[in-house]
Amino acid sequence: MKQIRHFLFTAIIVAVLTAGIGYWLQQVIARMPISAEASRQAVYIKSLLGQHFWAIAFLFALIVGVMVYSFIAFRQKKGELLDGDYIEGNTGLEILWTIVPLGVVIWFAFLGGQSLTFMEIQNDNPLRVNVTGRQWSWSFEYPEYGIITEELVLPEDSQTLLRLRSTDVIHSFWVPEFGPKQDLLPGGEVRELRVNPSESGEYTLACAELCGKQHALMLADVIVMPRGEFDAWVRAKIAENPCLDGDQVGCGEKLARDNGCLACHSVDGSQNVGPTWLGLFGREEALDDGTVVIADVEYIINSIREPAAQIVSGFQNVMPAAIGESLTDEDIEAIISYIETLQ
Amino acid sequence: MSFFKTAMGRGLIYQVIGHIAGMAFIFGVRFGLGLPVFERGGLVTPAAEASWVFGGVVGTLAFLKGTGVLDDWLKWWRGLSTPDHHEDKPGWQKYFNVSMDHKIIGIQYGYTSILVFILAGIFALTFRTELLTPAADILKVTGNTPSDILDFFNTMISLHGMLMIAAILLGVGAMINYLVPLLIGAQDMAFPRLNAFAYWINVPGAVLVVTALFLGGVDAGWTGYPPLSSNLAKLGFQTFFLGVYMIGFSSITGGINVIVTILRMRAKGMSLFKMPIFVWAALATAIIQFTATQLIGLSFQLVMFQRLFGMNFFNAAQGGNPVLFQHLFWFYSHPAVYVFILPGLGVIGELLPVFSRKPLFGYKFVALSSIGIALIGFFVWAHHMFTSGMASYLRVPFMYSTLLVAVPTGVKFFSWVATLWRGRISFQTPMLFVIGAITIFLLGGITGPPNGTVSTDLYLHDTYWVVGHFHATMFGGFVFPLFAAIYYWWPKMTGRQYNETLGKIHFWIMFPAFYLQSVSQMLTGLYGMRRRIGEYEVALDIQDLHILITVAGFAIALSVVIFIYNAVISLRRGEKAADNPWHSRSPEFQVASPMPVHNYDVPFEVVGEPYDYGLAGSSYIKFASTTAPAAD
Repeated sequence: MKQIRHFLFTAIIVAVLTAGIGYWLQQVIARMPISAEASRQAVYIKSLLGQHFWAIAFLFALIVGVMVYSFIAFRQKKGELLDGDYIEGNTGLEILWTIVPLGVVIWFAFLGGQSLTFMEIQNDNPLRVNVTGRQWSWSFEYPEYGIITEELVLPEDSQTLLRLRSTDVIHSFWVPEFGPKQDLLPGGEVRELRVNPSESGEYTLACAELCGKQHALMLADVIVMPRGEFDAWVRAKIAENPCLDGDQVGCGEKLARDNGCLACHSVDGSQNVGPTWLGLFGREEALDDGTVVIADVEYIINSIREPAAQIVSGFQNVMPAAIGESLTDEDIEAIISYIETLQ
Repeated sequence: MSFFKTAMGRGLIYQVIGHIAGMAFIFGVRFGLGLPVFERGGLVTPAAEASWVFGGVVGTLAFLKGTGVLDDWLKWWRGLSTPDHHEDKPGWQKYFNVSMDHKIIGIQYGYTSILVFILAGIFALTFRTELLTPAADILKVTGNTPSDILDFFNTMISLHGMLMIAAILLGVGAMINYLVPLLIGAQDMAFPRLNAFAYWINVPGAVLVVTALFLGGVDAGWTGYPPLSSNLAKLGFQTFFLGVYMIGFSSITGGINVIVTILRMRAKGMSLFKMPIFVWAALATAIIQFTATQLIGLSFQLVMFQRLFGMNFFNAAQGGNPVLFQHLFWFYSHPAVYVFILPGLGVIGELLPVFSRKPLFGYKFVALSSIGIALIGFFVWAHHMFTSGMASYLRVPFMYSTLLVAVPTGVKFFSWVATLWRGRISFQTPMLFVIGAITIFLLGGITGPPNGTVSTDLYLHDTYWVVGHFHATMFGGFVFPLFAAIYYWWPKMTGRQYNETLGKIHFWIMFPAFYLQSVSQMLTGLYGMRRRIGEYEVALDIQDLHILITVAGFAIALSVVIFIYNAVISLRRGEKAADNPWHSRSPEFQVASPMPVHNYDVPFEVVGEPYDYGLAGSSYIKFASTTAPAAD
């Protein structure tokens, strides 16, 4: 009879704790970015996480509930030194609490595999976007439209196939509201991530793999818009390419942006990883070997082609050599025209 | 200044001299070859990299020579003989000199662990302070930009992580070295000289890791993934990798020593299933240490060679593969977390029956679950890499193997609470820490499966959720059990009793503070906080949680200060401890406090089960003669 009372009270404690913790955890999920359900992938993650959280609530309540009840019911009274009941174990129970958890974890692994499969369903004709990560900026190329942008603009309710690569170290693509993340590898390796944005709005892309000094600030805007608006945006973007209509300065600005120059070189005089471009052209720069040079055309070409050759005093050479290799002479000319205007 | 006359003081001086000599040698060679010796920027430049590495190697060898830990081996090499035992001189100096007594080595591991723990804790408080505000603005000193603050932040988190791991490995060494021979009735470890070596090699290793702080720092986290860590801009990576490499020798040599000791040196009558449960945990730990540590040494060595010799192991542009590093690294570093927790879980199993006055429920299952965790632990490493870009089909099998870890871990939890059920529980300080350990390890354990399940992990990976999860496993699996062990065996180590009230205050600050810290970390991660960022987006609206985490971190530091104060006053004027203050059946509590120099002057024989509390007239051991009857 006393045994039954022990079990009854414990069961009540466990039930109350499970309900309380489980309820609170569902509130937590409601505050999470995936609860915006901004992509189909986020919905699957949220649903599975919800089930995990109920399991967490129950297991925490079960162990802590039994412990708390034992502390109350089976404590040593003051000054006593009595022994507890002599129970060495129970093989049946041990087998039970090996087999049941085994079944439960296999079930959860199955659910995990299933939800992964759903997340990776491939739709026909997805929008392809080539995403490039570099220390410490992002750029997005839409190969079908020939445009390169600094913010990621996506149409609502259709699949986007993100083809990810890095030019230097490992980065990771993560928009919390979309759910999944995927690392970007250097050396020409391409990794893919599929997302189906389902909710128009503005989000933030963040690098989720430590990538050096400014890792925390490696962010980009993500804008999801209805299909019609997206098409209009694409048309406008194609039309505004200054490099096609002979605007040297505008073309230089665009190249500087698309190639990530502006991630490290400010144009407003603020201090950053590299020297600011404001007032650069014609300025006297003190180099770290003690000499002084005038920032003319030759110096700037040199600094882009061979970033390690002349280092401005107080800075370190962290500029990726790949940038200089990918730009044509005409590109650099345009960039210099742009720098000249920054006085 | 008598510290500098000890092996420790001498070794450190030798290390500095050896390091400088090694560097000078490379400088000389480079000078002779006409290579640049000093580039712009002096000693901390890529041109000096080889000098720092060679200096580090020579310095480590010089440290070992300076301490004298190699002396017996060097004598044998020359054909000379040495005494079997080296007696230690009494006094505090013995803890700073080379000793072959496993108890002294255990205490050496222990205080070194606590020193490294404090240093790594100070690093944590430093970067936690920065996280009080979203912008990188608090650690501002004259002349540094927000960008410099972020760089410093990255170094702090990296060194915090690696030094904490060093501290934990040292703490594991402390528990295993001190306890295993006592619990199995051995006079010492199987290879006492190797045991001393395994301790001393840690010291130059830890010094090298800390040196990275002054060589530009390290900015890739404790995991040190290339290509970031192979970028020559940060020289600190070399001493960081080299230091960890040296510490790895400790695990490998310590591991084989523990395995042999347990398998060959048990008291008469102690079959494997009559060993104290901690010994099972130590055996499982040692198997992992002995077989997996090589892989982290190898992965770090390959990055060092990539930097030094241009061998492009992980340079994708030259046919290398950066993901390969992650496989090698995690093949050790996942099992390593079981190295960190298994001894702690052993302590829980050891102490629960004593303070519940009831046998350990399902002894055989608890014992085998340690081995089960260790073995499954070898097949789960790639769950750290679900987002890494490895072959995507590999993710599903690794999800299944990872979730299987929950099964033996569950057996432990169920058996622990079944031990409490219908016991007679008392709540002295060691028991409080055991209770804290169980619930916190539970928190760490149950927050694991969402990380092991691929689709939820794609969200959770590299967020603060993971930070909360593993801090819970480390505090529950290591920190709380370590404190439980220190309080419980304090009388055996020192012959004195600690202050019970201060012990309880320590617990009642650390326990709630840890919950606050860990749960808040998990919440910020769920709300979108990435790991390893010194500046977070205001829009996430998580500043309040960050303030809580930081305040809780400082509270934990305060509780550790109280612990140290308690230890110091107990050593100075603590009351003399009884031989068996906890009424334990364990053999070490059947002899005097502090533990006699050669452990058991009279050998014992195992005549019963280790945890038969409540079985009238039974005892675990019996001494060979009639001098000291085994008490219950």
